[in-house]
Amino acid sequence: MQNIIKIVTIIILVFILSIFFVSLSRNTNYNTEYLIGNKLSEIKLESFEKETYFTENDFRNDDFILINFWASWCSPCRVEHPILMKLSKEKKLKIFGVNFKDNKDQAINFLNDLGNPYSYLAKDQKGKQSVRFGIYGIPESILINGDLLILKKYIGPLNLDNFDEIINILKSS
Amino acid sequence: MKFRIIYSIFLILFIFTNLLSSEIVDENKIHKNLRCLVCQGQSISDSNSEFALTLKLVVKDLINEGKTEEEIYNFLSEKYGDWILYKPKFNLQNFLLWVFPYVFLIIGALIIIFLIKKSSKNA
Repeated sequence: MQNIIKIVTIIILVFILSIFFVSLSRNTNYNTEYLIGNKLSEIKLESFEKETYFTENDFRNDDFILINFWASWCSPCRVEHPILMKLSKEKKLKIFGVNFKDNKDQAINFLNDLGNPYSYLAKDQKGKQSVRFGIYGIPESILINGDLLILKKYIGPLNLDNFDEIINILKSS
Repeated sequence: MKFRIIYSIFLILFIFTNLLSSEIVDENKIHKNLRCLVCQGQSISDSNSEFALTLKLVVKDLINEGKTEEEIYNFLSEKYGDWILYKPKFNLQNFLLWVFPYVFLIIGALIIIFLIKKSSKNA
C-alpha cells in the first residue's frame, strides 16, 4: 500500500508540474483569431447615411469584403487609414466600414480629411452589433468571402504585412 | 393534522419559489460570470470600461428577447470564446478541470483512511 501511495504522489506531482509547464509556455495574449473559418450570420447594421439596414444578403455578390470597425476618436484608426485607402483600389475587394460609437459629424470630417475607402458604410452607435462580430476594441478588421466565411481577423491597426497578406489572398483566389 | 397542513403549505411554497427563481434570469449574476476582456481580472459587473458597458447592454437585450442564462453564455462564448466565462463550461475540453478536485478528494480520503487503519493496527 505504501508503494501505491508513493506512486500516486509522484503521479500527482508530475501532473501538477506538467500543468505549470503547459500553462507557462502558452501564449496568454487574448485574441479572437479562432473565429477564422466561422460563418457570419444575423448581420444587421444600420446604414451610416440612410435609415436602412445592411444584412448578409448585401454581401453575397462580392468576392471579398473587409469589414473594418473604426471611429474618428480612435488614433490607431488614423494610422491604418492609408492602408485602407490602398486596399480600396483593389477590384475584388469591397471595404465595409462600421463607424463605432462615434459622432456623425466628426466621422464625416474624418473621411473628408483622410479619404473614404468604404464601399459600404454602417454605424453602430451603441456598439451592440459589434459584439456579434466578436469585437472588443477598435480598430479591428475581418476579411470575409462572398459566402460570409471569415478568412482573416486583424486586431489593431492594419499594417503593410497585413496589406500584403490580403493582396495575396485576393490574388490566390 | 394541523402539522401536516402547515407542512404541505410550506412544501408547496418552497417548490413554487424554487420554480419561479429558476425562471427569472438574474442580470447581475450573469454580469459577475462574464470576464471584462480589456480589464485586469475584473468581471463586467466590476468594470465601467466601454467594453463592459456594451456587454451589459447586450445582456439586457438578450434577457428581454427571452434568452435563458445558458443561451446568453453560449452566444457570448461563440463570439469571444470560453475565456469570457469565469465559470468554465462542463464539456470534454474542461472535463479534467471539473473532475480532478473530486478525484484528489477521494484519493486523499483513501490515503487518510489507510493511515488511520495502519496506526490503529500498530496501537
